[in-house]
Order: sequence, then C-alpha cells, then structure tokens
Amino acid sequence: MALLDVKEMTQYFGGLCAVSEFSVSLEQGQMVALIGPNGAGKTTVFNLVSGFYKPTRGEIIFKGQSIKGLKPHQVTSCGIARTFQNIRLWFEMTVLDNIRIAQHHALGYGLWDCFLRTPRYMQSERNIEDHAMDVLTRLGLRDVAHELPKNLPYGVQRLVEIARALSIKPALLMLDEPAAGLNSSDVEGLIKLVGDIHKDYGLAVWMIEHQMDVVMSLCSWIKVIDFGATIADGTPTAIQNNPDVIKAYLGDDTI
Amino acid sequence: MKRLTVPALLAVLFGVLLWVSMTGILNSYWQSVLMFMGVNIILATSLNIINGNMGEFSCGHAGFMAVGAYVSSLISVALFTKSSVFGDPLLSPDLAVWLFPLVLLAGSLAASVVGLLVAIPSFKTRGDYLAIITIAASYIVKSTIENIGAIGGARGFMGMSGVMNAMNDTAKLPWILIWVFLGTVFSVWFIRRFIYSTFGKGVDAICQDEIAAEIMSVNTDRVKLVAFMVSCGLAGLAGGLFAHILGYVNPGTFTILKSTEIMVMVYLGGMGSISGSVLAAIVMTLLIEYLRDAFGFINTFLHYISIIPDSYEVTQVWKWVLIPLLLVLLMQFRPEGIMGRRELADVFPGLRKFYKFKG
Repeated sequence: MALLDVKEMTQYFGGLCAVSEFSVSLEQGQMVALIGPNGAGKTTVFNLVSGFYKPTRGEIIFKGQSIKGLKPHQVTSCGIARTFQNIRLWFEMTVLDNIRIAQHHALGYGLWDCFLRTPRYMQSERNIEDHAMDVLTRLGLRDVAHELPKNLPYGVQRLVEIARALSIKPALLMLDEPAAGLNSSDVEGLIKLVGDIHKDYGLAVWMIEHQMDVVMSLCSWIKVIDFGATIADGTPTAIQNNPDVIKAYLGDDTI
Repeated sequence: MKRLTVPALLAVLFGVLLWVSMTGILNSYWQSVLMFMGVNIILATSLNIINGNMGEFSCGHAGFMAVGAYVSSLISVALFTKSSVFGDPLLSPDLAVWLFPLVLLAGSLAASVVGLLVAIPSFKTRGDYLAIITIAASYIVKSTIENIGAIGGARGFMGMSGVMNAMNDTAKLPWILIWVFLGTVFSVWFIRRFIYSTFGKGVDAICQDEIAAEIMSVNTDRVKLVAFMVSCGLAGLAGGLFAHILGYVNPGTFTILKSTEIMVMVYLGGMGSISGSVLAAIVMTLLIEYLRDAFGFINTFLHYISIIPDSYEVTQVWKWVLIPLLLVLLMQFRPEGIMGRRELADVFPGLRKFYKFKG
C-alpha cells in the first residue's frame, strides 16, 4: 500500500483551475520531486496536501486514511511535515523554542497541568526538550540552539526549518524549494543532508525544486506539472529528454 | 534554595502588609491604593496575554472585568448578607470567609465564558477587525447590565461591604487586602506558568507566524480559545476583587476609558513582558494617585497666578488628558515600553543567581 495516495485532486480558485486532476502515489521511503515552471501550481499541490485548502474534487489518502478536509495541524499530527518556500520560522524565539513548539501534537497535557506542574507536565516538557536537542544535534545545530533565528545566516535558517519539520517525526517530509537562495556550497551540503536524513529516518521525501542538480542527484522519480495539469512523469533521465517538459520550460518554435 | 526565593519574599511581603495594616501604620487610604495596585497588576498581566503575547488588540478588557465584578458581587451578596434585592442570606454569613474564593472563581468562570464572544470570532478574524469585536463585546456587557433593573441598572449595585463585615465578624483581619494579595499572586503565577510552558509558547508562535504555527501542529484555534478564556477569566477575577474593595459597582466604571487605562499599562510595561506589566501597573497606580493631589496644587497655583478664570477649576477630568498624552509620548519615543519583550531577569542577569527564571 502506498504511503500517500493523491487521486485526481482538483482545485479551483473562483474560475481559475489551479490544480487539475493531480494524482500521485508515494511509497514509504521514496524520494520524489515535483517540478514545473513558475505558477504551475506546485505550491498549491503542497498546500492542498498539508490541509490549507480543501480540494474542490478528488481524494487524499495517507496511511490508508482520508486526510482530505482535515485542518493543517491535524494533517501534521498524522505524520506529514513540510517546510516553506520563503522561510517561516518564529524569528523572535530561540531555535530550541522553535523546535519545542513544533511538538504541540505530542503535548499530552492541558492548561491545568501547566499551572500545577503535574508529573505529566514535567515528563512531557522533559521529553520535548530532550527530543529537540537530539534533532538539533543530529543536524549540527546544537551550538545555535539558544540563538534567535533572525540573527542566523540564511543557510542556517533553512537548516533550522528542516530540523523543525523533522522534529515532528514525520513519515512524509515535504520540502518546498529547499535550495532556494542557497549558494553552491550550501546546496552541496543540503543534498548530502537530505540524502542522509532520508536514509537514517527512512522517511519519504517529496520536494519542489528548481535546481536540477538537487533533483537529479536525489530523486528517483519526477513529476512535472504546468498550468495545474500533469505533463510528464518518470525517472530523471526520462524527464530530461521528454519533449513536453522541454516545451514547457523553453517554449516551442510555433509563433 | 533558588526555588524558594520568590515564595519567601512573597511570604515576607504578605506578613509585613498584614502587620502594617492591622496596626494602622498604613492608613486605609494607602491600603486601598495598594489594593487597586493589585487589581491593576491582574488586569495588566492578563491583558498582556492577548495584546502582548498573541499580538492581537483587545480593547474590551473592562467588559470582562464587569462580568466578573457583577457575578461575584451578586453571588456573595445573595449568599452572605441581607439585601434589598435578594432578601435574607441563603447561607450563614460565617461561611463567607471560606467560600469567598469560590465566589471569585464563579465570577472568573462567568467572565471567561463571556470571553467566548471574542475568542470564537478570533478563529477567523484578526487585527483591526478583532479589535472592533472586542469593543462590541464590552459594550454588549455594559448595556446588558445597564438594562437589568433588578440589579440596579445604571444606578449600580451595592452591599458587598456587608460581606466584608461578615468576614470581619469571623476573624478580625483586613480580609479584602488578603484576598487581593492572594488573587494577584495567583494570577501572575498562573500566567507565568502558562506562558512559559510549551503549550503557552504556542501563543507567541501565533503572534509571530500563525500559518507556520498551524502547519507545525499547533492547534491554533484551541490555543487562542485557551488564551482568551484565561485572559478574560483573570479580568473577571480582578473585577470581583475590585467590586469588593469598593463595596459598590456601577456599569459606568467599565467603559472604554477603563479598558484604555489597562492598555496603557500593558504598552507602558512592554508587550509580552510579565514583569513589565507588573511594573507598569504599579507605576500607573501611583501616578494616578499622585495626579489626584497634583491637580489640586496645579489648580491652586494657576488661580494664584491668575492665568485661568476664577469660575474654572482644574479637576480630575484632566487626568484623561494627561494619561493619553503619556501614551502618545510613549509610542513616539519608546514604542517597545519600559521592558520591551524582555523580563526582569534579562535586564538584570544578576538576579538569576537568586532565582531560576525560565521554565
């Protein structure tokens, strides 16, 4: 059974068809890319899967259950974590707090536990802190745990965002343009990092990416969309030579 | 040892307060100033959850205070004293001392339920629109009270001093001072523990990036609901204490001016800073009391040098010119308030030696 099964998902914004009959099937531990020219609807696909919008038509099945119509925080609790195209950290809170707040799905206590400091609360806070430090250590961010993200370089902010998504212990990690704005050495680091966490955590990774070296070196399967419709689907080599893809990116010679 | 510093300080403060008020070293005027200070601390720290940590703009805090004030006053008068509205007391006045915390709790719960009027719209609305909703909510409360003739309507409601006297019959202690002190300590403690927990930090996350919060598994609706209900409930507690200090409540007290006063405290102290709100509440209460005298002097002085006509008196009304002016100057020259987003321990790191502040 596939981990994530999106079936003929369609989304209209008023009269505009942003995503049309989008289908994808992701297996456990697979690394898949979603590419396409600007405005093709890639981020909308991510927003639909993560629960920002409810698709007009179609079905989204995750681990055998329909997650269509769930709120974003519920989708995340099911095990889908994502990052954003433009970094969306909580910039005024320490890196450690950024990770801690992402553990809301695993709190297991309420307001009165906070006030009375019940054993349940103490245990939960300790677990959260330990887990957060583990994740930061794993990504080599331990030294910046008490820094504010706004004071960190852009590349490190990207890493913190990936760490935050990873701390949710997802089965599926969705990366929305992880390499955007990174210099070439940072990109190399990112490729290695994503490959490593993919292997270590055994999670499925689904990424939107414009930089082809990232996509080609990491992903085993690529899906190309344009104007909301799927135009190609296949292995990296097949996609590179696909005439429809070349046409979508470069245009053709009809005037 | 570090853990005990603050409780020990509070216990000493409590003892000293009891001693000075019982021996009469502190006259009843200064006692009431201290009590209003306590009430203002509760109001400012509770509003700080919404205006500071959550970054919303609530300007109806006085409305929730009114709910707490009326509900707890009505209950305490009905239960413990003979009054024209409710007749004979339902319970023995001897019980007043023991059940008074429950009465205050009932007032707070009522206020937090009315807080739903604001909390539920906040799921979909934010910013200016939510601010308008908060004003509307406070007006709903105020006009409802004004139009219920049975509890005095616009004339107000009284009889709470009877409850205080009943407590005095049980044991001769400055009861209301004790309740205000305990209420203030409880509120600040509650807010601190809420805001510093991972759960409460969700409030700050919503302020800084609500979409990221929702995507990172924070149930933003639930966090908002809890934050609003805690804030409004504590405003209700402050209202209950306020009503029992005065022994009299009037819907005219709980206007937008009162809400503004609380807001000035929050912005003066620094948004999102609990110690800032406490500090600002203390400063503002003293300032308002000082202005009471100061206007007398100014009036005499201005008449003495014959700048204003004899028929005109400079009165307390000018307080409402001076305090908003303070807000204008504050926003112009130090928009982040006294403490900014920092707490006492961030400003004076030496304090950490004596007390473990975070967590």
